[in-house]
Amino acid sequence: MTGTTDTLTAAAALALGDDALVLSHRLGEWAGSAPVLEEEVALANIALDLLGQARVLLSLVGDEDELAYLREERSFRNSQLVEQPNGDFAHTIARQLYFSTYQHLLYGRLATGDGPFAGLAAKAVKEVAYHQDHAEHWTLRLGDGTTESHQRMQRACDALWRYTGELFQPVEGLDLDLPALETAWLDSVTDVLGRATLTVPSGPRTGAWSAGAGRQGLHTESFGRMLAEMQHLHRSHPGATW
Amino acid sequence: MVTMTALEEELSRIAGSVPDPELPVLTLEELGVMRGVQVLGPGRVEVSLTPTYTGCPAIEAMASDIERALHEHGVPDVTVVTVLAPAWSTDDISEEGRRKLTEFGIAPPRPQGPAGGPVPLTLAIRCPHCGSTDTELLSRFSSTACKALRRCTACREPFDHFKEL
Repeated sequence: MTGTTDTLTAAAALALGDDALVLSHRLGEWAGSAPVLEEEVALANIALDLLGQARVLLSLVGDEDELAYLREERSFRNSQLVEQPNGDFAHTIARQLYFSTYQHLLYGRLATGDGPFAGLAAKAVKEVAYHQDHAEHWTLRLGDGTTESHQRMQRACDALWRYTGELFQPVEGLDLDLPALETAWLDSVTDVLGRATLTVPSGPRTGAWSAGAGRQGLHTESFGRMLAEMQHLHRSHPGATW
Repeated sequence: MVTMTALEEELSRIAGSVPDPELPVLTLEELGVMRGVQVLGPGRVEVSLTPTYTGCPAIEAMASDIERALHEHGVPDVTVVTVLAPAWSTDDISEEGRRKLTEFGIAPPRPQGPAGGPVPLTLAIRCPHCGSTDTELLSRFSSTACKALRRCTACREPFDHFKEL
């Protein structure tokens, strides 16, 4: 990586890097409490992939540790979807389905051409394909499972729906055909939900208060608590090493 | 392709023979993560390495193992740089590497061609213990991100499968 990232590239790297970092931390919160051992390992592995992406992206902006551990809430540029609490397992899977579908399409587009993210995107798109595969299989299993699992999966899809519009708001520094990305995302999610016997949520995908807000540094209530936990050790013991 | 000098080839062989920290039966050369060795000046060498997965934690151990191996060979100044492009693929694992994985009890990745990502389950994955092709997926992620957990329905043994990337 060169030390002279231009301002627009840095802005985009911060948004995409924060998405990866924050979702990585959320998934890491499942360690020790996932429903089965295999899922514990799966969620931790997905978190690790995302952390690797975050490290590459944040290193384009500045010092990765300072960016992760010493920024205030308002300085984070992640979308509000990824900061949503894990909820029950269905909520985590719905968040994974929405986000991995988006990220797979996004990296697929960034991988073509010779933009500043092409190298990372070409690599990460292959990893994210497994994240998407994982989310799809669980959506099918829960949606087309028992009455209880179906209800919970539907509730989770409905609850997170309002955060999905933000993913297709313009990101400073990224030159993308967002309407095409959004259409492809809707087609893919609609297909999976249909096969899972779930109903595509009917509510709005953005609220007046939430449209694009995470990318501008406005976050939901639970994000502050998540950051407090994530940053606590580094802030209490600056420079601590193993 | 940049042509290497005889010295670079020798150093490349030494760096490439370092075992993978997580799969010590494989060398870094067999894993396909070595991207080049360049002599920058007297006693100054740069080694390029590519990670298997973007977040692979083994890359730091690989870098320090390479540094140690080259120091022992009398190179005082070793830098290991990480390159992402072109992205590593399981197709980069050598034939010898695949054979060693099977011997170690890990089903090797299937060849996949240019598309990448999850492979439709058309090609059978063979149990590394009994050789049966009658195996089932238990989890898409196993002890490391690069492996999936499977079970052989013939001998009932669970095993790791180095999944295609």
